[in-house]
Amino acid sequence: MAADARAVVAHHFDSPDQQREAASLGMWVFLVTEVMFFGGLFLAYVVYRGSFPHAFAAASRELDIVLGTTNTALLLASSLTMALAVRAAQLGRRLPLVVFLALTMALGSVFLGIKMYEYHHKFVEGLFPGAAFRFSGPEAPHAEMFFCLYFAMTGLHALHMVIGLGVLAVMLVLGARGRFGPLYHNPVECAGLYWHFVDIVWIFLFPLLYLVGRHA
Amino acid sequence: MVALPSETGIPPKVHYLNADYGIRSWLLTTDHKRIGILYLISITFFFAIGGLMAVLIRMELATPEGDLFQSDTYNRLFTMHGIMMIFFFLIPSIPAVLGNFLIPIMVGARDLAFPRLNLFSWYLFNIAGLFTIWALVHGGVDTGWTFYTPYSTRYSNTHVIATALGIFIAGFSSILTGLNFVVTIHRMRAPGLGWFRLPLFVWSLYATSLIFILGTPVLAITLLLLAAERVFGIGIFDPSLGGDPLLFQHLFWFYSHPAVYIMVLPAMGVVSEIVPAFARKKIFGYRFIAYASVALAVLGFLVWAHHMFVAGMSIYAATVFSALSMLVAVPSAVKVFNWTATLYQGSISWDTPMLYALGFIGLFTMGGLTGVMLATLGIDVHVHDTYFIIAHFHYIMVGGAIMGYLGGLHYWWPKITGKLYPRFWSRISAMVIFIGFNVTFFPQFILGYLGMPRRYHAYPPEFQVLNVMSSAGATILGVGYLIPLIYFIWSMRYGRHASSNPWGVVGLEWETTSPPPTENFETPPVVTRGPYEYSRSEEVADGR
Ligand SMILES: [Cu+2]
Repeated sequence: MAADARAVVAHHFDSPDQQREAASLGMWVFLVTEVMFFGGLFLAYVVYRGSFPHAFAAASRELDIVLGTTNTALLLASSLTMALAVRAAQLGRRLPLVVFLALTMALGSVFLGIKMYEYHHKFVEGLFPGAAFRFSGPEAPHAEMFFCLYFAMTGLHALHMVIGLGVLAVMLVLGARGRFGPLYHNPVECAGLYWHFVDIVWIFLFPLLYLVGRHA
Repeated sequence: MVALPSETGIPPKVHYLNADYGIRSWLLTTDHKRIGILYLISITFFFAIGGLMAVLIRMELATPEGDLFQSDTYNRLFTMHGIMMIFFFLIPSIPAVLGNFLIPIMVGARDLAFPRLNLFSWYLFNIAGLFTIWALVHGGVDTGWTFYTPYSTRYSNTHVIATALGIFIAGFSSILTGLNFVVTIHRMRAPGLGWFRLPLFVWSLYATSLIFILGTPVLAITLLLLAAERVFGIGIFDPSLGGDPLLFQHLFWFYSHPAVYIMVLPAMGVVSEIVPAFARKKIFGYRFIAYASVALAVLGFLVWAHHMFVAGMSIYAATVFSALSMLVAVPSAVKVFNWTATLYQGSISWDTPMLYALGFIGLFTMGGLTGVMLATLGIDVHVHDTYFIIAHFHYIMVGGAIMGYLGGLHYWWPKITGKLYPRFWSRISAMVIFIGFNVTFFPQFILGYLGMPRRYHAYPPEFQVLNVMSSAGATILGVGYLIPLIYFIWSMRYGRHASSNPWGVVGLEWETTSPPPTENFETPPVVTRGPYEYSRSEEVADGR
């Protein structure tokens, strides 16, 4: 076992524990930078929603709540399968690890597919900001601001999903080769943290973008 | 008896510089010490470009007429000067060069926590720099380094997107550096090395890393929105579409004020190392200096709107930001007083690093005190966008950050290269830089107070005397920067070999060879005492 542990510890770490703690702290710090990154967008949202509440409510009603809710359910389910994948990696159970990672990727891909469909729909309806923007309700320029933020926030989120899928694909290959076990599983754990983070961002995006106009 | 430490020594047979040869061994290295040197080369290059812009600016301003450059060219010159110097020299300077080299050694580790990430961040940094130079070669940018909207989004037809992208990428390189430092300091400390046994240089870089991590992403998203606004014609910052240009300024300064602390905190860390070393005395108020670093990092995030007092803020917000800005003086003064108290009754030696450190203390105090003036609402309205501001922030950035950087480079050069540089010339250059700096920038305080606005290539003739003085000082300053460049390069080939502890000081980095082995220590260190224990180290030597 000792030799096994040494094989997976990089030369500058003293022990597998130190290596794992460094990796997970590094991941948490990275997620803090991500929070600040999205934070700028959330700030812009808060400022303009405060300035133009009616335009935002009207523009929000243009979004498809059924698709949005479906996507929320998909992402929540993918977080569950991700957590199960991490557990499987910690226990060194290869088959469940591969299955749960594949499931997570499948759910994430369906999410992105639905998102693409929504984007396409908005393009066709002329709701993409810019010269071709058409909005029938009052305060069209302010509704355009809503769609600026909608595309910026969900687009950045989707980009994070794509990166996440890439990371999970690597984990899937490594996992299938049996690289992970009780001694060495921090890559899967870190990938899991990242995936949950992306999920949490959506949990904020969904009500802010899809639900603000519902009761008004 | 304490034996006088010997400066020169026999170099170790194998060290990190000769452990491996060839260009590949450098470009693919994961050794934090080699990456530090790679950064040193990169930032020296960018400094030269930024410096060239400064030379051209000072040449134009030697005469009142705008005769050398057209105003459009002049706009591009000062924009590129600012962008190069801030994002590609000052921000990476001490952290990426000295921090990279020293943090693992000072915490007794073999490398940073993520060595490959460290190399990756150097590549990112260079890609970013090349992007920006591409924009420069193809006509440059004329928005000023602040990219204020809507000028930068709607009206400027220069290479705003390429430059913004360059800075965006450079930002990720600093984020990764900060992340690496934080994890290393938390998780890689040697046995016995508690938080309050860390050198103050490590504390200051820890605080700096917090700013990297918390501030830089906000700049990144802001520049991304700026680029999106230009590309897609959307209007988050565009008033004609209901957007708010003030939001851009808030987001920009939320990073760019703390960025000043990214530049000056590491320099303070260097000074906190040099002062006790050359006063041969334990630092006064260790914990206060350590906490002051963290306090500066935190306070730095609460004062950004002092850049916007004339941009149309409510008077209540302005008053709050004015008061908070003045609070910054408290931790800054704590540091200056503690350094002064360390000097008191110390046995001071006037070596080159000490000259730089003393220069830092004086110039930083000037910059800091004028900063308090600027935080005062009434005075700020009077001197806003004048040369008073230019002089103030150059006292902090050039007088503070660059003096600290050069001091640190002179202090650790024997450790980094294993070579000694000429003592005489290094002292001369320190004094030339100090004099040149003051002749350049002190007249600008007066110019600004008299009302000369910044960012114009022509000015009324009555300002000429002071401007000529400033240009003359810039020449002296330029010569002052050239001398170290020459003797540092000279020393690598012809310098005498440094002993492992040429200054005869304490600190983990001086307990290993000069240059250190690839894994930093022959035997992993165990720390049994705090830093700067000058009196006790003599007792131990006496007892032997
Ligand atoms: Cu500021």
